[in-house]
Amino acid sequence: MQSSVDTTQNRLLSIALLVAALATWELAVRLLGIPSFVLPPPSAVAAGLWRGFSSGLYLQHIAVTMFEVLLGFALGCSLGFVLGVAVALNRHVAYFLYPYIVMFLSMPKVALAPLIVLWFGLGMTSKIVTAALVSFFPLMVNTIAGLNAADGDRVDLIRSLGGSERQIFTMLRLPTALPMVIAGLEIAITLSLIGTVVAEFLGAEQGLGMLMQSMNFSMDIAGSFSVLIVLAIVGLVLNQVLLAVRHRVLFWERLGRGASSAPKATASPAAGVPAEAKRLTS
Amino acid sequence: MALRTQGTVQRAFAEPSSTAEPAQPAIRLAGVNKAYGVGDASLLALHEVDLEIRGGEFVAVVGPSGCGKSTMLRVVAGLIPPGSGEVWIGDSRVHGTRRDIGIVFQSPVLFPWRTVLENVLLPIDVQKLGRDTNLAKARELLALVGLRDFESRYPAELSGGMQQRVGIARALVHDPAILLMDEPFGALDAMTREHMNVELQRLWQSRTKTVLFITHSISEAVFLADRVVVMTPRPGRIAEVIEIALPRPRSLDMMSTAPFGDYVRRIRDHFGALGVTD
Repeated sequence: MQSSVDTTQNRLLSIALLVAALATWELAVRLLGIPSFVLPPPSAVAAGLWRGFSSGLYLQHIAVTMFEVLLGFALGCSLGFVLGVAVALNRHVAYFLYPYIVMFLSMPKVALAPLIVLWFGLGMTSKIVTAALVSFFPLMVNTIAGLNAADGDRVDLIRSLGGSERQIFTMLRLPTALPMVIAGLEIAITLSLIGTVVAEFLGAEQGLGMLMQSMNFSMDIAGSFSVLIVLAIVGLVLNQVLLAVRHRVLFWERLGRGASSAPKATASPAAGVPAEAKRLTS
Repeated sequence: MALRTQGTVQRAFAEPSSTAEPAQPAIRLAGVNKAYGVGDASLLALHEVDLEIRGGEFVAVVGPSGCGKSTMLRVVAGLIPPGSGEVWIGDSRVHGTRRDIGIVFQSPVLFPWRTVLENVLLPIDVQKLGRDTNLAKARELLALVGLRDFESRYPAELSGGMQQRVGIARALVHDPAILLMDEPFGALDAMTREHMNVELQRLWQSRTKTVLFITHSISEAVFLADRVVVMTPRPGRIAEVIEIALPRPRSLDMMSTAPFGDYVRRIRDHFGALGVTD
């Protein structure tokens, strides 16, 4: 039914399209005489990439940005998870905290970046704080939703066996929440990169955002483009890592698609698979 | 005749020491009321329910949706407290959940991240009985429900009927005296359902348990039960308790015999007279 689109022919076609697009861009810039500080040709961007990497300049700034992104991500996510658990398990924590959570939720967190840079200075701390702040919310919200998504019958089952609330948490709520928590991590890593780069734009001593900003000021738009490409690759790599984590941890999400030759399932179609897991994969 | 003999054997098996006194009921509900909601909007799910179930007896509760039959099962399981009245299991009054009950729900309620074997072992894990000592029993139960070769599969890889059989094996693994089944085959197609009914009868005959079986299928209730409790809704109360004097083991062929049909008709008339359709 679902014939694969990923054939050798289509792969070649995809590469051909990319080459054609780059060639059109290169030709258009040259033929129309567009100045390089408005739109540099791909060849200039490639040269910028080469210069940046061969001099070791980019690697140094990638390392700084990655450090800020990952540390902020780790801090924000840990805090978001812990607070999410507290809100989901304790009605009092939920009661007193929820109004503020809702207030902060609807606010663009990156808008706080100028203040954070003002408070924490031009060093790495302000970037890490910004990354932590933007990572915190998706993780907390998804943790709360995930922990509350446990199926009532499953809760009753453990309870009917004399199980404790702690057992319901470890055996049911936590695994049920995992798909949502990992979805939260995926959102958080993207936001963490955005937050870090924005904070670097606003004022930094090192990092890819700072590098791009300084290139813009010196009219090195080709270099600026090349940093943009580096940022895209960094984002892609971070996403792929989390995708691999999801694949590994949530192994049960991949089961049951034509895996059984047994008679067709006639029970409730969602049987066995948590509803939220289905929602995420579909 | 065959039924009576068997009933005696089961009671003796369940209560080996009670000789002089009449056997204590395995489950007893006395004047149980349960309402949901408050004030005028409240719904009386159970109204003055009195029921005694003997040890080893198979009792089916049949009734249309909203007659309080699921509420009754949850009250017996200790998952919800009765509004008033008393629930007894053996010689202890039910306050909250216990460890000697097995439950099968309408959906299989399996844990997708656990293998079939691990799902069966869930009660062992919850009650900390030790996996090592209970592994053989879990495998034996899987074999009994015909899933010997599926122990390392995950629930999503099984059909609906197979998943429900895992649920039944799980409900038995901690060797509970009482098995509560809440429309366990309600989500299965008619053919799988009949097959499961035959298997459940075989299972029940091989290991004596007291079973409280909730269903909305009249023929399923007659096929499986020693006694059928007929419930009617608004308020949920017991309309009649009917003894099913059909010999065991019962086969699917029996379902087309006259005595079977008489029982089914008698129960259905009950609902018809009350203006309720099945």
